[in-house]
Amino acid sequence: MKRKTSFFVSLLIVLTVVLAACSGGNKEKAGDKSETTEPKAGGTLIYGRGADSIGLDPINITDGESIRVTHNIFETLFVYDDKLKLQPKLAESSQVSEDGLTWTLTLKKGVKFQDGTDFNADAVVFNFERWMDPANPYHKGDFPYYPFLYGGFKGDPNHKIASVKAVDESTVEITLTERTAPFLSYLAIPMFGIASPDAIKKYGDKFYENPVGTGPFKFESWSRNDKVVLKKNENYYVNGQPYLDEMIFRVIPDNSSRLTALQSGEVDIIDGLNPDDADTIKANSQLSLIKRPSFNTGFMVFNTQMAPFDNVKVRQAINMAINKKELIDAFYNGYAEVAKNPFPSSLWGYNDKIEDYQYDVEAAKKLLAEAGFPNGFKTELWTMSNPRPYLPQPLKIAEAMQANLKAIGIDAEIKTYEWATYLQKTGEGEHPMALYGWTGVMADPDNFLFPNLSNTNIEKPASNRAFYNNEEFTMLLQQARTTFDQDERIKLYQQAQEIFHQDAPWVTIGHTTPPMGLAGYVKGFKAHPMENDNFAEVYLTN
Amino acid sequence: MLTYTIRRLLMLIPVLFGMTIVVFFIIRAIPGDPAQVILGQQATKEAMAQLTEKLGLNDPWYVQFFHYVKGLLSGDLGESLRSSAPIKDEIWPYLAATLELSLVAMLIAIFIGVNAGIISAWFQNSWFDYTAMILALIGISIPVFWLGLMEQWAFSLELGWLPSTGRENVRDPVEVVTNLYLIDTLIAGRFDQFGEVIRHLILPSLALATIPMAIIARITRSSMLEVMRSDYIRTARAKGMRMFFVVYKHSLKNAVIPVLTVIGLQVGLLLGGAILTETIFGWPGIGRYIYEAIGFRDYPVIQSGILIIATIFILINLVVDLLYVAIDPRIKYN
Repeated sequence: MKRKTSFFVSLLIVLTVVLAACSGGNKEKAGDKSETTEPKAGGTLIYGRGADSIGLDPINITDGESIRVTHNIFETLFVYDDKLKLQPKLAESSQVSEDGLTWTLTLKKGVKFQDGTDFNADAVVFNFERWMDPANPYHKGDFPYYPFLYGGFKGDPNHKIASVKAVDESTVEITLTERTAPFLSYLAIPMFGIASPDAIKKYGDKFYENPVGTGPFKFESWSRNDKVVLKKNENYYVNGQPYLDEMIFRVIPDNSSRLTALQSGEVDIIDGLNPDDADTIKANSQLSLIKRPSFNTGFMVFNTQMAPFDNVKVRQAINMAINKKELIDAFYNGYAEVAKNPFPSSLWGYNDKIEDYQYDVEAAKKLLAEAGFPNGFKTELWTMSNPRPYLPQPLKIAEAMQANLKAIGIDAEIKTYEWATYLQKTGEGEHPMALYGWTGVMADPDNFLFPNLSNTNIEKPASNRAFYNNEEFTMLLQQARTTFDQDERIKLYQQAQEIFHQDAPWVTIGHTTPPMGLAGYVKGFKAHPMENDNFAEVYLTN
Repeated sequence: MLTYTIRRLLMLIPVLFGMTIVVFFIIRAIPGDPAQVILGQQATKEAMAQLTEKLGLNDPWYVQFFHYVKGLLSGDLGESLRSSAPIKDEIWPYLAATLELSLVAMLIAIFIGVNAGIISAWFQNSWFDYTAMILALIGISIPVFWLGLMEQWAFSLELGWLPSTGRENVRDPVEVVTNLYLIDTLIAGRFDQFGEVIRHLILPSLALATIPMAIIARITRSSMLEVMRSDYIRTARAKGMRMFFVVYKHSLKNAVIPVLTVIGLQVGLLLGGAILTETIFGWPGIGRYIYEAIGFRDYPVIQSGILIIATIFILINLVVDLLYVAIDPRIKYN
């Protein structure tokens, strides 16, 4: 026994010494804002986030946390900049034929993949073949975004791509089967990052954990649910970039713990901040707070096929009864803009002429009486149990809306479901009213309007969860898809928004501008509205 | 004893098989479509239908069950629906992270819990006894997530002594061999990193240790009190034996059986039940792995994850039962 006791005592002593030795250099934090703004090379940046990536093969993922990483390893032919403008990236320019079917892309020259092989027209063709052809030996995985954009895979009746050919070393010709106005936007979606053909052949179905692209950082290691490590791509084609030697994405699921980690210097940048915690960061002179520009919409859908919500007056009355401003102030801590249209004002085609329904309890009551419900009615308001980017506090928002509805005599019972259940049940149309939302993946109004409101998507399981069925509205969307004239497209979408406003299939609530926290020494970071943050230009001043 | 062990090991088969059936049906009874969650909100109906077909979820339940069990029998734990990764390759790092955390937590719980229980029994109704038992009561009732957040606030934020999240200093990562970082750092001969790993272990393992520590302390105390009232203890004391030996040698050995049972059960609970601790401290453990799989309706991961935890749970309790024999010669398994 004595020997054991002395063992524990000595263990304790050793631990104390080790602790004392290790805790020394922990507190030093830079953050001197007067330092030079000349970018400085070197250093490691640690990004704290709420969940892990699912895979690192961009074409086989749909979640934001996977894209956050792959977007720094891979590059697309075109890209949206942080103002949502379409810019060439691996492509240099594009040309479309008279009939609008054949697109000729000129590629950037002298670009190499991180494994040293050349990026060229053959590589682009290889990627397209892999994406679109289920018979291709490297077509391994689900490729979810491909059929979503191109109407199916090769061989499917609605497949939109007729052929992809390499004309010469740096020219690719893509022929479509129908006029597709947003085609270049499709190419800018981060899932369509161009991968190294050699690496795909080498790693086969393990490519998702051995990604190789042309981006500023190359993949180093991945410990699941813990961290992804990227190293500087020394041969990146932009001179001097990236500035960082290393990027680490760390998973810290709890929002409060992530904030503590930022405050104690364990990570340098965090997202998924509780709106209420933003003030803590503001108050700390060594940290800075930035708002990510909005690219989502939080809203409530009416099941427009279910009485009494099939009555447009009921829907309009409820639109007048909800005090949106109060919701935004109370539950978003101001980190959102009030929404009056289905997509945010940062996106082209936004119709600012529309006048939102004013919060007016009396007018709402009157309209409800006209609709035949002078004493209101009983119904259900559904909400998801966990926060979503567009609804940071879904239950509280639902409760506030419940109180608003009560004021005009509508007795709404709140029902909560966990996300997977929620998606299924609302897709089946079991809900009378349900909170929902949307984050855009493409800087095109089509991406907000078509899945959520077109009547081609009301067949169950439906993505149009309002089951909004307006032929005229859908025709406008279809027309906008095949129109190449940008001004004409803007007109069509603005017209569609007017119809949406009149029909009121949703109560639009807000477009969030999620706050992020940065250590003061992190410079050059631009929060991308679609979360496609690129770290090539980020540097540290400590 | 050998036949007993073999019999118990054979009993694993029907128990685990029964559990596999129960889990298989329960998770399929929850609403929610894996294809929908995997593809996300942007999913089209056609894509969902295609994926469902591809994942084999259109097959009748008995076909799915047969495939799964057939895979299990050949040592294949299946593939994750959402990442397509083989679970066999994926699961060890998670399990190792949890093992390391819960074993350290258990060592703390046993060391402090058993000693606190013994001293409380020895000096029954003293101030130490009262304080320890009140603390144990608080320990059982305290919500782990609250305790975790308070620890982080005090030791990471205010005092700056210990890191608040993770397993290592990510700027100087551990070279992974076994995924048990305490061992990996020693293999690499990196004692500085070993210290870092210990520093990262302290807060989460303390949070995780609280409940078992409190339970062990209470059980040890009551069990010791009973033993210390028995005749042979009075005899030992009458002989003039030093109290320390009476307590730690003669009494403890006889009082330890119920304590051991509780320890066995608690270790099992920690393995699967560390989700809250793992979440707060950003610990990449198996509890969170399974929990997240439930959110994604990743059926194979849930099934195989639970299966592995259950197996370990049963094995630990078997070891505990065998330890009874080693400790108490009166116990015999025939």
